[in-house]
Amino acid sequence: MRWTTFAATPRFYALTGYLIPGFWAVAALLGLAGLGLGLGLAPSDFQQGNVYRIIFIHVPAAWMSMVIYVAMAFWATVGWAAKVRVASMLARALAPTGTLFTVITLWTGSLWGKPTWGTWWVWDAKLTSYFVLLLLYIGYLALTSTIEERRRSDGAGAIVALVGVVNIPIIYFAAVWWNSLHQGPSVPLNAAPKIATSMLTAMLLMTFSFWSYAFAVVFTRTRALVLEEESHTEWVQSLRARRPSMNRH
Amino acid sequence: MAWQSFEQFLSMQGHGLFVWGAYVPTLVALAVEAWATRLRWKKALNAEAEELLP
Repeated sequence: MRWTTFAATPRFYALTGYLIPGFWAVAALLGLAGLGLGLGLAPSDFQQGNVYRIIFIHVPAAWMSMVIYVAMAFWATVGWAAKVRVASMLARALAPTGTLFTVITLWTGSLWGKPTWGTWWVWDAKLTSYFVLLLLYIGYLALTSTIEERRRSDGAGAIVALVGVVNIPIIYFAAVWWNSLHQGPSVPLNAAPKIATSMLTAMLLMTFSFWSYAFAVVFTRTRALVLEEESHTEWVQSLRARRPSMNRH
Repeated sequence: MAWQSFEQFLSMQGHGLFVWGAYVPTLVALAVEAWATRLRWKKALNAEAEELLP
């Protein structure tokens, strides 16, 4: 089977229809487990008390927003350079979810910053580069939704997405490279995690829950894009003709 | 269990507003995104082809 097999929109549509319910189930189960462990069982932090519990959504949301950006840039580039339409649609479908995770990260970070740093916001390297990530997402969304001609729109979006990838390592290492109120990475790439096992487990459960959620939402949005853009095609019309029995997902 | 009572759980040692102010909007936002996305897919599925053509 070639990698392009699922680049055909009908195949992509059918495959993701089977996968989406599973992603929802995994997201819900892991989310409940992560929330139970993080809010109910994990101990208080010896320095921050209970306000540290914001970590269980703040850090997973931050990871997701960065991973989604890289995925968006990858698929936007593939879609544009190799003219794979479903790749461009995936990139478009990733952008709103990435934007939402970025807003969640900024919001929860601000709520965590006030009681621990004494301020909602500072323009230091970490927070500023994170704000730039939000602007990049907004730029991508604005460009791809305002340019009507699809090929040009995909091209402009791919360039913005690709250029913005340079911001991702800056965000991740900002607290290491420059002075920042923000702490360094909770789970460093080259050393053992600095947090207790129950805290780390809750954080990872929430991360995998967010991953699963993102797959479910992004695939659902991509399927909507496929239907919207290929509404005139024979396969979409026959899909509609067969509903509701064949269109559970 | 890290909590002696439900009140203690809600107050989060006086940081309840910050903790729940982070959790509740996040969960609501994710639920709204999931719902809106599914609604968009359903609309696209149920739309007649003519409506979507430019």
